[in-house]
Amino acid sequence: MEYVANKETIAKRIARFFKNGDVVNLGIGLPTLVGNYVPEGVELILQSENGFMGLGPAPEAGEEDPMLVNAGGMPVTIKAGGCYFDSAMSFAIIRGGHIAATVLGVLEVDQEGNLANYKIPGKMVPGMGGAMDLTVGAKTVFAATQHFDAKGNSKLLRRCKLPLTAAAQVDYVVTDVGLFQVKDGAFVLKEYFKPYTVDYILETTDADIVVDKDCKEVDLA
Amino acid sequence: MVKKPIVTADEAVKLIKEGDAVMVGGFLGCGSPTGLIAALEKRGTGKLTLICNDCAMYNPKTGDMNGVAPLVAKKRFSVAVVSHIGTNPEIQRQMNEGETDVRLVPQGTLAERIRAAGAGLGGVLTPTGLGTEVQDGKKVVEVDGVKFLLEKALKGDVALIRAKKADKSGNCVYDKSGRNFNPLMAMACDTVIVEADEIVEIGELDPEVVVTPSVFVTHIVQGRK
Repeated sequence: MEYVANKETIAKRIARFFKNGDVVNLGIGLPTLVGNYVPEGVELILQSENGFMGLGPAPEAGEEDPMLVNAGGMPVTIKAGGCYFDSAMSFAIIRGGHIAATVLGVLEVDQEGNLANYKIPGKMVPGMGGAMDLTVGAKTVFAATQHFDAKGNSKLLRRCKLPLTAAAQVDYVVTDVGLFQVKDGAFVLKEYFKPYTVDYILETTDADIVVDKDCKEVDLA
Repeated sequence: MVKKPIVTADEAVKLIKEGDAVMVGGFLGCGSPTGLIAALEKRGTGKLTLICNDCAMYNPKTGDMNGVAPLVAKKRFSVAVVSHIGTNPEIQRQMNEGETDVRLVPQGTLAERIRAAGAGLGGVLTPTGLGTEVQDGKKVVEVDGVKFLLEKALKGDVALIRAKKADKSGNCVYDKSGRNFNPLMAMACDTVIVEADEIVEIGELDPEVVVTPSVFVTHIVQGRK
């Protein structure tokens, strides 16, 4: 079986978790895509850690406002009912448990729920920004990642080697091959995405995986 | 209501001395006081400690930069206390080559440490950073069985703030996502210089919508038109 990286699969599956009215913070990059696949009838209230909630879509060309940007500095809009606040209030919302979920990108994630995504010592050090507060504060933490890196190594590990963004905070890891819940020191495989199989996932993933008794195939194409 | 001095950006940055800790509002340049940053760049004051969310954006291909990036390019900071440097490769280079002491702080912790200083608190207890490198050298405090990190308050000498409107007593309102760290930094420094897009008469701002009370502000500068 050949692996084909597919970010849309990851975003589609995570989007199905949410209920109408959930307040969610999506990280920059792959996690932002989740907003494109929210099911009909579900409205997410997106929180942007640079200081507002009610984050809307990108503006039409020519309508950009330099004073209204997302946490990646890109022009965005604000929906009716949204509001602005300072960074202390923003992180009171995040850290205080008022956010239903956060979706974050991954350099490494391990079966203890540890996440590394802010630093490769000596090579790339972007900094943690708001990620450490988000992982500690959000009720549910989703790690969104392609199943393998560019060299074909499993991004799911027994133990992270890079400096941690969060210790034991990840609840779900969603890749382009399956959905994993982090539980009791293992990745519990809940769903495998067509065309991949349970055997394929067990053979190619360098971590302890428990196949859930209700594990099922899901078609996200 | 007593008026605060309205000064030019060039006059204002003379209040910053070599070696000062300078807080600069803005998030990736959005809500940064660009006139004060340009004046500080021109004046050339160095060996500063930067306290800011980030080192703003710099594109080495085009040379485009915003926020505090022009000051980073001129190496005016010997220390940078920031949460994110991923959009400025020059500060990463300075860090890797040991030219600038970059101290990364989780964004929520940075905000709360600044607020604590302005609020007269010694610090805050936060769960953020437990079990990571952020914990190194810090005290872990247990409250009712829950562990927290003790993060000390963070004070500065001078704050450079960008407001949408300031009245002549120093009350400020902000502009959309340009608010970010500005109101917090205005609380945490002895000298607080507000660069306002518009300066209005006392009484023109609705007291219900003022974000930064005038008590924090020491100087007002008219922003660039």
